[in-house]
Amino acid sequence: MAAIERPAETFRVSDLWTNQRSRGVLIQIIALVLLLSFVGWIVNNTVQNLRDLGVDAGYGFLWDPASYDINQTLIDYTSRSSHARAAVVGFLNTLLVAFCGIIFASLLGFVAGVLRLSPNWLVAKLMTVYVEFTRNVPVLLQILLWYGIVVNTLPHPRDAAEPVAGFFLSNRGFYLPRPEFGASAWLIGVALLAAIAFAVWFAARAKRMQSETGRIYPVLSVSLAAIVTLPVVAYFAAGQPITLDWPEIKGFNFAGGFALKPEFFALWFALSVYTGAFIAEIVRGGILSVSHGQTEAAYALGLKPNWTMRLVVLPQALRVIIPPLISQYLNLTKNSSLAIAVGYMDLTATIGRISLNQTGRALECMSIVLAVYLLISLLISAFMNWYNSRVRLVER
Amino acid sequence: MKKHLLMIAAGSMVAGFASLADAATIDDVKAKGFLQCGINTGLVGFAFQDDAGEWQGFDVDFCKAVAAAVFGDASKLKYTPLTGANRFEALKSGEVDVLSRNTTWTFSRDVDLALTFVGVNYYDGQGFIVPKSLGVASATELGGASVCIQTGTTTELNLADYFRANGMEYEPVPIETNEEAQSNYLAGRCDVYTTDRSGLAATRASLENPDDHLVLPEIISKEPLGPLVRQGDDHWADVARWTLNVLILAEEYGINQGNVEELAGGATDQPEINRMLGTEGEYGAMLGLERNWVVNVIKAVGNYGEIFDRWIGPETAIGLDRGANALYTEAGGILYSPPYR
Amino acid sequence: MRRPAQAHVPAAAMAPPVSSVGALRWLRENLFSTPLNIALTLGCGYLLYLIIPPLVEWMVLDAVWVAGSRNHCRELGSGACWAIITTRIDSFIYGNYPPSERWRADLTFILLLAALVPILFDRVPGRARWLAFSLAYPLIAYFLLVGGLGLPEVETARFGGFLLTLVIGVTGIAASLPLGILLALGRQSDLFVVRIFCVGFIEFIRGVPLIVLLFIASTLLNYFLPPGTSFNLLVRVLIMVTLFSAAYLAEVVRGGLQAIPNGQYEAADSLGLSYWKSMRLIVLPQALKISIPGIVNSFISLYKDTTLVIIIGLLDPLGIGRATLSDAAWHGLSTEVYVFIALFFFICCFSMSRYSLYLERKLHTGH
Repeated sequence: MAAIERPAETFRVSDLWTNQRSRGVLIQIIALVLLLSFVGWIVNNTVQNLRDLGVDAGYGFLWDPASYDINQTLIDYTSRSSHARAAVVGFLNTLLVAFCGIIFASLLGFVAGVLRLSPNWLVAKLMTVYVEFTRNVPVLLQILLWYGIVVNTLPHPRDAAEPVAGFFLSNRGFYLPRPEFGASAWLIGVALLAAIAFAVWFAARAKRMQSETGRIYPVLSVSLAAIVTLPVVAYFAAGQPITLDWPEIKGFNFAGGFALKPEFFALWFALSVYTGAFIAEIVRGGILSVSHGQTEAAYALGLKPNWTMRLVVLPQALRVIIPPLISQYLNLTKNSSLAIAVGYMDLTATIGRISLNQTGRALECMSIVLAVYLLISLLISAFMNWYNSRVRLVER
Repeated sequence: MKKHLLMIAAGSMVAGFASLADAATIDDVKAKGFLQCGINTGLVGFAFQDDAGEWQGFDVDFCKAVAAAVFGDASKLKYTPLTGANRFEALKSGEVDVLSRNTTWTFSRDVDLALTFVGVNYYDGQGFIVPKSLGVASATELGGASVCIQTGTTTELNLADYFRANGMEYEPVPIETNEEAQSNYLAGRCDVYTTDRSGLAATRASLENPDDHLVLPEIISKEPLGPLVRQGDDHWADVARWTLNVLILAEEYGINQGNVEELAGGATDQPEINRMLGTEGEYGAMLGLERNWVVNVIKAVGNYGEIFDRWIGPETAIGLDRGANALYTEAGGILYSPPYR
Repeated sequence: MRRPAQAHVPAAAMAPPVSSVGALRWLRENLFSTPLNIALTLGCGYLLYLIIPPLVEWMVLDAVWVAGSRNHCRELGSGACWAIITTRIDSFIYGNYPPSERWRADLTFILLLAALVPILFDRVPGRARWLAFSLAYPLIAYFLLVGGLGLPEVETARFGGFLLTLVIGVTGIAASLPLGILLALGRQSDLFVVRIFCVGFIEFIRGVPLIVLLFIASTLLNYFLPPGTSFNLLVRVLIMVTLFSAAYLAEVVRGGLQAIPNGQYEAADSLGLSYWKSMRLIVLPQALKISIPGIVNSFISLYKDTTLVIIIGLLDPLGIGRATLSDAAWHGLSTEVYVFIALFFFICCFSMSRYSLYLERKLHTGH
């Protein structure tokens, strides 16, 4: 058969709005032009404004001494350290409160979510009241309330409470003894890593043996034993290189030791309670999403309710729970930027507020803050996408 | 083909709008019809809202003076309360025309932040306030204390320097506003509150039992407080600078709210008064203002001494002495304005 | 002899056991069914006993409602000093709005309620004309609150308290919904440039905390404008809040758009509907119906986030509270102020979530 000749596609001007493809191209060109001119206009305005004000832009100021002190630092920092170091201190503080908040919020959320489904009417209603009340009150208000409670109820350092010998609780913070690592302390670190590696290997091996022979090995107890005993043995073998720096009351405050400030506690509690309420709803939704037939089938097989929850319901519920859970973790990290309301020095407070005001470099400081938060959220989103693609039910 | 089109379009279109000429602030202000003044969010005596919700105070009166200078009417004025954190950005970005917010004149603010201080309306210094129950009599005994400090201020930096120079440790408790500082200080979260001594006097006056608190004798820094404007507009800076100067000159020459009308009625035997009040020479026009602009200013707010006594003087709850803020003709005073000629 | 058949008369039914009907049965099943449950019930009961009576005493029974200052309160009672709220209630509601013009704020609020009725409920008479009023409401509210058209001008710096919360919240909600829908449509568009821009914008906004965006609005936005111009702070905040909420709404609507089976899009195409017609008539109604819980959640978050403006210096209820607390007469009553504001937000947000449940039930068509 002879090939059919297609008429050459000619381009008519009226195609620009009638032909869908060329219309699409035209719209894109217009959109691109508008976008670029908008960006160009903004950049031009900014350059002009900066020039009028005589401000020179640049990141060189980051290496100048910061000249202000920070009350809670995880690394060494003095007022002679640079602005860049202050930013790192702030970043570590953000990570600290986010990490502690995520752990506590998850615990609280899971417990509250499961309890909300409890057959005990009183417990279920109490959890409902908790969830509804916390979800409907702004988080800033909760942070301020917690801070007021923490500062007003805790005693003055002179009358500090001592729940355990050497640990002090006062309205200046919770003081713990700080471990000082001697020269051979690295042995303990190595021992800990080795113990963890052993535990992982043992768990994998036990799983394989279980699917081959059906024998169940006590993975949890063996791993715990390894993780606890190996570092302890290394500690004594290395000659007890860790000493503790105990806090003592000296004048107005405690000296020595490691302090967790009331600002940290207020922020931590408020964020955990707030995010915990959302996690409770997610967990409840996840557990309810598993069809009741699964539970009934598990019972029919003779599994105890405890085992049913652990082996049948939770794994399926987790698939539904994890994506919104991770976005709640992201929300918690972003809400930690409200630290400035109580004076906790996180990233936004150090470089985004104090350094910005003392140096006047609003553009540079804000760009650093934006970049760091974007990096954190993009990392977490990427992780969530990877997890989703791994566990997604493939549909036809 | 689609991609080529896009790239051609992108390459050919980069907007460049012609830059506008420098806008003169005084023309903008006159066109707007009111002066936008940046003030403190709340500092007793310096900037606060009275029962009717109107802003009053020592710094607010300077705003009124400038408005009276430009418009002849001190009510052509709008206020923007600013915290220590956003005051400079508000001024630099044009949100306010003049900043009268007990701001310390320092090298970095003048040079690095590119702002222009038009003078000093209050010579101050940084001090500490402690509860008497602490049993402390001097700032050198404050080692290890928790100190409430406002972020974004020179007091923060001075505090760090002072404690480091004296080999003392301290715990900074950062707060944003004076109210926060007060509530933390009273709750016992911090042992000491540090700010300019004028702020300490205002704070102490607003506490329930002022006698339970002690302002320590040490003055650890120089804090020349004054109004400021954006850098780059010399004419506007001149207007603000000479508004401040005529307030001081008026007190020096005995012109006050009571007698300014009478003195402006005809030529007096003091040439300086004549030049200031417009009965001689064309000095107002040199500034682009009315001939009798000084009369408007003094009628609106009075001279420096009257402003001081009205809001923070010895008779008020704040109870500050003139001290260094007296005229240079008084003992210990350093207020000295260039002559009006 | 055969006995004549007698109809069997059953004896009267005995009463069921006491513990298996009514209140006792409910108690037994729900609270005391297993030893663990009994322990939990007793534990919770004890917890409630520890918390509720002192709370009620503090909040209601011993509270002082009218007094002149905190010391006066302490003389009158040992409970919460609500007098700080009752004396300064005007500041909390209107901020610094001039007292003589407060009727305008009241009128705006009443008209807001009126404008919401046809949107929220669909069985009202004359709905079409009423909706036209709702559409015109933003313009009416603007002129009422800000001035012009014969009414004296009130500068936006004077807005404060609950008035400010409502202004930011309602404007943010109303403006961000259409923008969010457009962003969601753009994100899954076939046009490369539009898609890239929408994705970039959404990911950027969602990755950054709102407080950082508000800092940018208050410090940097003026640099982006031509020299000499500057927007009102309130306008800048409204822009930022709208953009922020639109990005989150876009994600919610995108979830709804993805939940619609491909068959719907294909059927619309096969009917010859253009892109916008198929969106408007087929796809968006279904997508929005599915995403209603998510949309209302976004609105509730936006409403709660309006409290953040205190950090950049606008006087929302928290700001008014702080200003009131700095007055020597009322110093130290921060708990009362925070609890009052928390109650206000709780009532508003809880009503919104109840409304969302009602809407879900009403529109439930088996999705």
